[in-house]
Amino acid sequence: MTSTTTGTTTGTPRLTPDQLDALGAELDAIRQRVLADLGEADADYIHGVVRLQRRLEVAGRALFYLPPAWPLAVAALSVSKILDNMEIGHNVMHGQYDWMGEPGLSSRMYEWDNVCPSEQWRYSHNYIHHTFTNVLGKDRDIGYGILRMDEDQPWHPYYLGNPAYAFLLMVFFEWGVAMHDLEVENIVAGRRSLADNKALHAGIMRKVRRQAFKDYVLFPALTGPFFPLTLAGNATANLVRNVWAFNIIFCGHFPAGVATFSEEECEDESRGHWYYRQLLGSANIDGGPLFHLMTGNLSFQVEHHLFPDLPARRYPEISGEVQEICERYGLPYNTGPLGKQLLSVARKICRLALPGRRSDQAAPAAAQPAAA
Amino acid sequence: MGVLSTVLQSRAVAALASPHGVDRFLEQVNPLWAAHEVRGRVVDVRHETTGVHPVSTLTVQPTSTWRGHRAGQHVQVGVDLPGARRATRCFSVSSAASGPGERFTLTVRAHDDGQERASVSRHLATAAPGTLLHLSQAGGDFTMHATPATPTPHPLLLVSGGSGITPVMSMLRTLLRDGYDGRAGRPVTFLHYARSAAEQIYAEELAAIARFDNHVDVRLVHTGEGGQRFSPAALARLVPDFRDTDTWACGPTGLVQAVQAAYDGSARLRVEHFKAPTTAPGAEGAEGETSFARSGLGAANTGETLLAQAEALGLRPQTGCRMGICFSCTTRKTRGTVRDVVTGEESSRPDEDVRICVSAPVGSCTLDL
Ligand SMILES: Cc1cc2nc3c(=O)[nH]c(=O)nc-3n(C[C@H](O)[C@H](O)[C@H](O)COP(=O)(O)OP(=O)(O)OC[C@H]3O[C@@H](n4cnc5c(N)ncnc54)[C@H](O)[C@@H]3O)c2cc1C
Ligand code: FES
Repeated sequence: MTSTTTGTTTGTPRLTPDQLDALGAELDAIRQRVLADLGEADADYIHGVVRLQRRLEVAGRALFYLPPAWPLAVAALSVSKILDNMEIGHNVMHGQYDWMGEPGLSSRMYEWDNVCPSEQWRYSHNYIHHTFTNVLGKDRDIGYGILRMDEDQPWHPYYLGNPAYAFLLMVFFEWGVAMHDLEVENIVAGRRSLADNKALHAGIMRKVRRQAFKDYVLFPALTGPFFPLTLAGNATANLVRNVWAFNIIFCGHFPAGVATFSEEECEDESRGHWYYRQLLGSANIDGGPLFHLMTGNLSFQVEHHLFPDLPARRYPEISGEVQEICERYGLPYNTGPLGKQLLSVARKICRLALPGRRSDQAAPAAAQPAAA
Repeated sequence: MGVLSTVLQSRAVAALASPHGVDRFLEQVNPLWAAHEVRGRVVDVRHETTGVHPVSTLTVQPTSTWRGHRAGQHVQVGVDLPGARRATRCFSVSSAASGPGERFTLTVRAHDDGQERASVSRHLATAAPGTLLHLSQAGGDFTMHATPATPTPHPLLLVSGGSGITPVMSMLRTLLRDGYDGRAGRPVTFLHYARSAAEQIYAEELAAIARFDNHVDVRLVHTGEGGQRFSPAALARLVPDFRDTDTWACGPTGLVQAVQAAYDGSARLRVEHFKAPTTAPGAEGAEGETSFARSGLGAANTGETLLAQAEALGLRPQTGCRMGICFSCTTRKTRGTVRDVVTGEESSRPDEDVRICVSAPVGSCTLDL
């Protein structure tokens, strides 16, 4: 097999152009149906999540005045930041609620509780990552420019540190996301100049200053004698959010069985092929409604990649149909419990620290056929 | 401004509420609490006319952030239409000039619902007290403020048609309220065109103003009941030197254009449009292709505004006033030349943000939509 689809152990099923067109038409039909049905229920849902997030944020900030309630304060603030970044921020910035015409939920205006400026995120995530999903050399979310996450990324002794870099990226995830667009690896490689980063840099610094000032100076100072406790609490909440977001996001694209693609394969691709690539390039995580809420429904990464601008609360209801379609076309629908997907990602990070392009160790967690 | 709003508007509070902003928290408690945004609640509804296109006057209690308005100004009004779709349109304030936080009125004629869009005006004209409105500050320079006419007792002329009565009514009410002894303090001619007596907005109030000795000459013309349509000759009989009289005109495009022609470029005339001048299909520059990059759609350029062409293809870009005032339709144009249909100005800069409701492509053009 030449470099067509990689990362899968059993060859990924190839579809003929006609099959791809049919697949595209079926998925387009789902999209149209959901779009036509958007209305009050979706608005009520997102308003409810926003209300919950705002209350948790206020509660978290206030509870720092009661030192015994410190763990509660941290919990409230952590959940608030997670909801803000995932179910609200990430999804709103995808334009999932733009049809409502509400400025507070508009993709053009939403700013999230994260050091990465949302305008920059919309470019690197919505455009680069969602358009070139899992295309090596294009999708900079593959390893965030610092990790080796695919066999086809050439090995270098630098990658011996793969597990350590991944750990650091997890701890400092929001910073990693903010620095993402500076394309440091391309500067080191001489493909990008520092001057290219000037404007980006200014945007990041402005946002960083605001976020850091709020969490590490202003709110701690407001609690007077509890300054160190509040500071530690805010830092912990940011850390919790970082670790959680990192894990959910890495489970979305890097468990074994997820395919990557080459640039040539994606030249002039049809809508059907784009859907096909999104399907094979993403993985879901099983869980209950609360879990899905906390992941911003990114536990339905497959559905999210197929329909990035449909309100995420719709993913669970269409996932059955998507699985059924996968089954009919013989395509894998990658899903599994959090533990299993995490383990699979961790294994990959460690394995790819060492040289070697393709290895048979990938076998244990191969793509599964559509789950029943 | 109270101490509380000074605090709420402070930079310290902004830093604490960052990145969402204070208002995103206040609105959770009470929609009429705001530090920066303006919202309002309809507290009273009065039906002015009935029929297929009824007209209602809404009294609005704004948030304390409302800075007030000068007579003749308009405000953008956003309403939540059924299906959780917020839509925004422009409306002139019809009550006398207001101060900060003061109530004001809007007078709205209900248009028919569009094919896919519910009509904002119908929603408003049939709104019940308690309806929440998302507002802007008042804007526009169709005002009497700081014009050469203001400080001296020069005569004034107000010409309007249909619902175009609203801004000039605000002017008249302001003059009567603030003038000496309930007089306008100067000769005012109030010329208004309505289809019929039944369609006459503010009929009682205008009749009362006409009865009193207040220097206001009210002339109501009901064109569907034998009244003569606007003509320069008829106006000259009323105000012989009208071209040298400070004049404000607002109404249907036909009326405004006729008035403009009669004034022949006189700087004494100011007009307000409720609707952008439409560009006909096949207008100048209607060649090439109009492409909408994000949706992958495109069609031959018809010469109409980018908004009209996008909507013809089934796209639903965000809009507000639909006539170049509110900037809510602003979209990135990545390539091509557009003409501003109001000013006629052309612009070819790549990656430029344009108001698609008043921009028509000249040749091929690509939009990030
Ligand atoms: C500065 C300014 C001030 C305004 N002040 C007032 C005011 O005081 N009172 C008031 O009632 N309106 C006023 N308008 C007009 C108002 O903003 C809306 O354009 C109008 O109410 C129609 O909006 P809609 O959403 O109901 O109609 P849309 O959804 O835009 O369209 C529905 C139907 O109405 C037709 N239509 C749209 N606009 C007009 C129009 N202006 N005249 C005739 N048909 C139209 C459309 O072709 C369509 O068939 C003002 C507009 C501007 C720009
Ligand atoms: S819709 Fe208001 S400027 Fe275009």
